[in-house]
Amino acid sequence: MSMFTLNNSYKAVVIGGSAGSFQGVVKILAQLPKGFPLPIIMALHRLKHVRHGFIEALSLKSVVPVVEPDDKEPIKKGGVYLAPANYHLSVELGNNFSLSTEEMMNNSRPAIDITLGSCAYVFKDKLIGILLSGANRDGAMGMKYIKDRGGLTIVQDPAECMIDTMPKAAMALTTIDHVLKVDQIVEFFKELDKHYR
Amino acid sequence: MQDIDIVDLKRISELIYQKYNYDFRNYAMSSFKRRVQRIIDLKKLTVDGLLKRLNDTPSFINEFLDELTVNVTEMFRDPSFWRVMREEIIPAILLNHKQFKIWHAGCSSGEEVLSMAILLKEMGILNSVQLYATDLDVNIMERAKMATYPIKNMELNEKNYIRFQGAGALSDYYKEENGMAVFNKDLLANVNFRKQDLVLGEPFNKFDLILCRNVMIYFNQTLQNEVLKKFHESLFKYGYLAIGSKESLIWCDYANRFIVVNNEEKIYKKIKD
Ligand SMILES: C[S@@+](CC[C@H](N)C(=O)[O-])C[C@H]1O[C@@H](n2cnc3c(N)ncnc32)[C@H](O)[C@@H]1O
Repeated sequence: MSMFTLNNSYKAVVIGGSAGSFQGVVKILAQLPKGFPLPIIMALHRLKHVRHGFIEALSLKSVVPVVEPDDKEPIKKGGVYLAPANYHLSVELGNNFSLSTEEMMNNSRPAIDITLGSCAYVFKDKLIGILLSGANRDGAMGMKYIKDRGGLTIVQDPAECMIDTMPKAAMALTTIDHVLKVDQIVEFFKELDKHYR
Repeated sequence: MQDIDIVDLKRISELIYQKYNYDFRNYAMSSFKRRVQRIIDLKKLTVDGLLKRLNDTPSFINEFLDELTVNVTEMFRDPSFWRVMREEIIPAILLNHKQFKIWHAGCSSGEEVLSMAILLKEMGILNSVQLYATDLDVNIMERAKMATYPIKNMELNEKNYIRFQGAGALSDYYKEENGMAVFNKDLLANVNFRKQDLVLGEPFNKFDLILCRNVMIYFNQTLQNEVLKKFHESLFKYGYLAIGSKESLIWCDYANRFIVVNNEEKIYKKIKD
């Protein structure tokens, strides 16, 4: 029996992470089912003034190469996207990305709350939000937007997190559907994938 | 929190257009929505309260525009871009013109135009170049004219300048006064500041180089396309256009009148009228 009740109505997955999330993201991307049909949109805290290296590091083991989208780039099915350094990443109603240099939020640019919030606005209940390890509260509001609009919420199990502030903040603010270890998140993607076959 | 819906955003942009002749109707939805939300939170208003304020208090519009627009900027933002300017683009222009004109479209608080002035000064050609710096937001342009920035911003600016590998130290160009970095006003002697709306304004001059970085990201694709047309018209043939490092022209109709000169730094050249 599966521990998840899933279906094929989801249109996107959004992932937020900060300190201690890199290994988890690498593992998830490395074990992603081949041909996984949904776009995966990631906002991870990163050095503001280092433009290069991060997607290369993430892509090394990833099944799908990770892309830092340009402004207004279309969102492709199965694409894996990362918010570029020093920009906030949002999605637009016309199914494309947009970037912004707005003020930092929660001391961050990219801010996880902005990416999660705009995904929730556009994808509503067709969105899965995942929040991983991290040392601040960025992402908690975003997870609440996702839940309030009917999306599915997952956090990395605080017991497994290098720094558990971020998932705990989200758990305190809103309903989290699943608290999972990275290996279980990998299983989740495999389960979900089956519903689209 | 109550989310602002699309209908509310349309009512706001429609009112501003009808009453004040600024056109935000084709701005990118996601950032426009957050900016409106921010004003509502800041002023402790509701959507209807904001509409009423805009309708009843014409003096509110400049403040509203100042809050609505995103003015975040840095000196020597993307240092590698500025190295390409110094080592490739400006020398290429100089081959054909000893005197030329540069337009900073969306100059915000002036850090970008000041960076250009320093670059040109270090090349020894500051007096041969006419700089135009324009923005929609008149409040922020007043700050640009003062060329005075909080000292706390200078750490980042210095770091960028070092990566740009400038000729001296950034501190050669400013004095510290009361917690502010006050830049040498001579740098701005050749800068014409003017209010210019990229959406409703018409081309006002011809340029050898236009910088419009991190401005069109706030527009939707329809508007990007229209504004690119105006830039095309405002450039001499073989003039250059620089956009932000994560922007792209490829989805614009006019893209085929340009060639890519530097893909990493997003520098284009007009090759067809
Ligand atoms: C983020 S700043 C860019 C500053 C600088 N170019 C940089 O890259 O750091 C964007 C600027 O574009 C201006 N802007 C937005 N819409 C505009 C319009 N329709 N016409 C002219 N300027 C506009 C804003 O007022 C703001 O100062």
